[in-house]
Amino acid sequence: MKITVYGSGCAKCKQTEELIKRVVAETGVNAEVVKVSDIREMIAAGIMSTPAVAVDGTMKISGRVPNADEIKKWISG
Amino acid sequence: MSKKCCCEKKEDYKLPVKATLPMRTVVIGILSLAAWWLLYGQLGAISQWITYNLIGLTRNTHLGSSVEFFLFDTLKVMMLLVLIVFAVGIVRSFFTPEHTRKILAGKHESIGNVFAALLGIVTPFCSCSAVPLFIGFVTTGIPLGVTFSFLISAPMVNEIALVLLYGMFGWKVAALYLGTGLLIAIVAGWIIGRMKMEKHVEKWVYATQMGDADDASQELTWPTRIQYGLDAVKDIVGKVWPYVIAGIAVGAGIHGYAPENALAAIMGKDAWWSVPLAVIIGIPMYSNAAGIIPVVEALLSKGAALGTVLAFMMSVIALSLPEMVILRKVLKPRLIATFIGVVGIGILLIGYLFNIMDLHKLILK
Repeated sequence: MKITVYGSGCAKCKQTEELIKRVVAETGVNAEVVKVSDIREMIAAGIMSTPAVAVDGTMKISGRVPNADEIKKWISG
Repeated sequence: MSKKCCCEKKEDYKLPVKATLPMRTVVIGILSLAAWWLLYGQLGAISQWITYNLIGLTRNTHLGSSVEFFLFDTLKVMMLLVLIVFAVGIVRSFFTPEHTRKILAGKHESIGNVFAALLGIVTPFCSCSAVPLFIGFVTTGIPLGVTFSFLISAPMVNEIALVLLYGMFGWKVAALYLGTGLLIAIVAGWIIGRMKMEKHVEKWVYATQMGDADDASQELTWPTRIQYGLDAVKDIVGKVWPYVIAGIAVGAGIHGYAPENALAAIMGKDAWWSVPLAVIIGIPMYSNAAGIIPVVEALLSKGAALGTVLAFMMSVIALSLPEMVILRKVLKPRLIATFIGVVGIGILLIGYLFNIMDLHKLILK
C-alpha cells in the first residue's frame, strides 16, 4: 500500500504526515508513506488544497487534516 | 410481460446510505445553542458579579469599571468567536476548492467576479495552496480577473475579522468591512481582468494540464462536518485568544491613560496623507485578523480616523508579502505589481471615502 501525502510545508501538512505515520506504525499495516511537495506533481494529481492524501492512487481527503479514525479506515479498507 | 423489473436486483445491491444527523446530535446541538444564548444574555451580570463580588472592587470607580468592561468584552468576544468559527467551519465543509472551481468555470466576467468574491468567503483557503488553486482555476477556463477576485476576498473577508470587529466596534463596522471588502474584491478583480494581463502569467501555467481529482470530500457525513467545525474552533480560537485578550486589555487600559487625541494629528481625517501611508505601511506587513485588531482598537480610541484605520487593516490582511512570494511562482512581476497596485488603490479609495464622509461619528458607538 502506498500512501501519498501532498503538502507544501505548512503546519497542517506536516501534522497530517506525522499522524499517518503514527497510525500506520500503530496498526502495523505494511504501507509506504510518501510526502510530495512538488507543485507540478500536485497539479498533475488534480489537487487544489493541501493537505491532501491519496491511498494507492485514489484521493481520500483534501483540504483538511484527517483524524486517526479516518486514516484507520483507509488503510484497512 | 415479465415481472422482472430492476427492483428485483436491488436485494444484492447495497444502496449507499447518506448518514443523516442522528437525533441525539440534534438534541445536543439545540441544547448547546440554547445554553450559549442564555449565557450570552447574562454576560453583563456575570462580569459585574465577578468584578464587584468576587474580586471585590468598588462600583463606579475607574478601576472597577475598567475591569468590568474588560471582562464583559472578553467573555462576549470569546463566546462569539466560538459560535461563529464553529458555524463557519460547518459552512466551509460544504465547499471545496474543487467545487468552487466547477461553479466558476462557466461564468463570464462581472458575474464571475461577484461569485468569486462571495465564494472566497466560504471556501476554505490556505495560502500554502494558493498556487495549485490558481493553476486549477485558470486552466479550467476561469478568467484571470475572476480568479483574482477570489484570491482577494479569501484572505481578506474572514470570519474572525468580522466577529472581532462586531464584538469590539458594533455591527455597523463589521458590515462595513464585509461590504467594502467584497466590493474591492469584485472591482479589483474585474479591473485586472479588463487589463488583459494573461501574458504576465508564467507560460508554464497555461500549458499545465490539471488532473481531475475525484472530489475527495464528497460524501461528508454530518458527524464529520461537526468534527470539522469543532476542529476549527480548537485550531483557530486556540491560536487567536491571546491576541483577543491583549486587544481588549489594551482598549480597556488605554482609555484611562493616554490623551484622547494623541493620534489625531497624524492619523486623523484631516491628515490626508495618512491614508496612503497607512496602506503603504500595511502592504509588507502581514498579520492574521486577530493580531491586527488590538492595533486597530488602540488607534481608533486615540483619535485615528476610521477610514485610515480600515485602510491599514485591509492592507495588512489582504496584501501579504508571504503570499506574493508564493504567487511569484505563477505570476510575473508586472502582474504581481498590478495586483498590489489595483487592490492598494481600492483600499485607498475606501479609506478616503470614509474619512471624507465623516462616518466616523455615525458608525462608532
